[in-house]
Amino acid sequence: MTDDLRELYQEVILDHGKHPRNFRHPADANLEARGYNPLCGDQLTVYLKRDEDGVVRDAAFEGRGCAISTASASMMTELLRGKNEDQIKALFEAFHRLCTVGEDGSLPAELEEDVERLRVLAGVRQFPMRVKCATLAWHTMNAALSGTQEVSTE
Amino acid sequence: MTMSTGAAASAQTRVNTPAYDVARVRRDFPILTRTVHGRPLVYLDNGASAQKPLRVIETMRQVMEEDYANVHRGVHFLSQRATERYEAARETVARFLNAAPREIVFTRNFTESINLVAATYGRRFLEKGDEVVVSAMEHHANIVPWQMLENERGIRIRVVPVDDAGDLRMDVYESLLSPKTRLVAMTHCSNVLGTVTPAAEIVRLAHGRGIPVLLDGAQAVVHRAVDVKALDVDFYGFTGHKLYGPTGIGVLYGKYELLAKMPPYQGGGDMIRSVSFSGTTFKDPPERFEAGTPAIVEAIGLAAAIDYVTELGQDAIATHEQQLLDYATRLLSAIPGLRIYGAAAEKAAILSFTLETAHAHDIGTIVDRAGVALRTGHHCAQPLMERLGVAGTARASFGLYNTHEEVDRLAEAIRSVEEIFGR
Repeated sequence: MTDDLRELYQEVILDHGKHPRNFRHPADANLEARGYNPLCGDQLTVYLKRDEDGVVRDAAFEGRGCAISTASASMMTELLRGKNEDQIKALFEAFHRLCTVGEDGSLPAELEEDVERLRVLAGVRQFPMRVKCATLAWHTMNAALSGTQEVSTE
Repeated sequence: MTMSTGAAASAQTRVNTPAYDVARVRRDFPILTRTVHGRPLVYLDNGASAQKPLRVIETMRQVMEEDYANVHRGVHFLSQRATERYEAARETVARFLNAAPREIVFTRNFTESINLVAATYGRRFLEKGDEVVVSAMEHHANIVPWQMLENERGIRIRVVPVDDAGDLRMDVYESLLSPKTRLVAMTHCSNVLGTVTPAAEIVRLAHGRGIPVLLDGAQAVVHRAVDVKALDVDFYGFTGHKLYGPTGIGVLYGKYELLAKMPPYQGGGDMIRSVSFSGTTFKDPPERFEAGTPAIVEAIGLAAAIDYVTELGQDAIATHEQQLLDYATRLLSAIPGLRIYGAAAEKAAILSFTLETAHAHDIGTIVDRAGVALRTGHHCAQPLMERLGVAGTARASFGLYNTHEEVDRLAEAIRSVEEIFGR
């Protein structure tokens, strides 16, 4: 096995891929969106519960996908709770940089811990065709927050 | 990890009478000597696009270096020379399918061939309530053009299901043929399951009710000899790049009397007899359907590919590929948790599979690092994926240059997926 494969498929990712967290449809979710990757046919639905102060109180997902997209969705849902839209947006941007260009040191201090947890997904950078797998759930979550019902990674 | 299991199995099960000298044939394909991620390339994505022999590469270069000009236009030497070679390519394609040259229309690819039939034959002869019969294992190219007619003029698409082995339900097919049926548009070989459909029987049953038939030969012509006259099929076609030829060139065969009834596809130069602002008259087929400057070099390149394939022998190629398919089926079946899709009575060298533990995309990424090129995903056949109950599969599709050793490499690469994902 090559080193970049070892980096891509770390234990944490395989674990989240096999046993995704928050893999459910919360009855009290008030936002949802479907994400679709036309390249591989993967699809998932992200459910959010946002309170009147704009803070996400619950995040969950359902769907089918590869290990990378499932793990990424699982890890994302664990990090959203208690954050407002601005914080989530900043985290998405930081994650996107992590998956594409690498870290540039511009990370806000309060996000450091979250980004540290997402760093296991940075291995996708060596696999350009797989970056969309890692970011599908995030784009879908972003669509849900902005009131868009469907998003595709085209 | 070791490859002892695979190597031992291969020693026992290999067929000792090769159809031709594969090592010699491989030398005709320069790309096969390259490495990918530090490993020798194992190219098993021929169903998506095949690699090109020197014969094709050199022919195309030679045309551009010595014989190139626009066709059907100038009186000058090179234009005549290019026209002769372009029309000779049409004759080569015609011989290949056992058709007449005037029944061969050059297109961009087979997707365009189907769109051409839908846009001309479809718009002329299909009306609201008319039905087009397709199968559940069509490529999107043989679904979407008909759906566009469905939206545009209210035709209906009827779908023949496949059984669990991947064979067409011919009983249902027959029951779907009705006075409303205006066209049968069916694959001759599934790009996912490898199923070779009973083309002659499909045509016979349709013709018995006066219904014309279009067959998608994109995969079929690569794996077997096709005779459109013997099949009595009305429309047939394929694309050049899957047949070891260049991209940008495809073929539509149509019975001449049908082509002659069809209106033009696109308007422009080369397809007209005369143009004036009071009215324009169109040329006869096939020129009527070839507006504008065609893919001259690519058409000649395709003819070179056809010459290459026919000289090697389509039966010999089919024998070789069948040996690879049998060997790969045996080797992969022995891998725990691996499921093969498609066990049709007649099956071309296309092998779709999934693993219990790993998604097709993860399989594709991991075997790629071992130098093995597979297609993963829905293969532009999402309705079939739904029928199979999977999001996607991994697909190994074999070509004339693949070897038993490469099948061993595939099995070894799949074991490295297990190494990561477990069994």
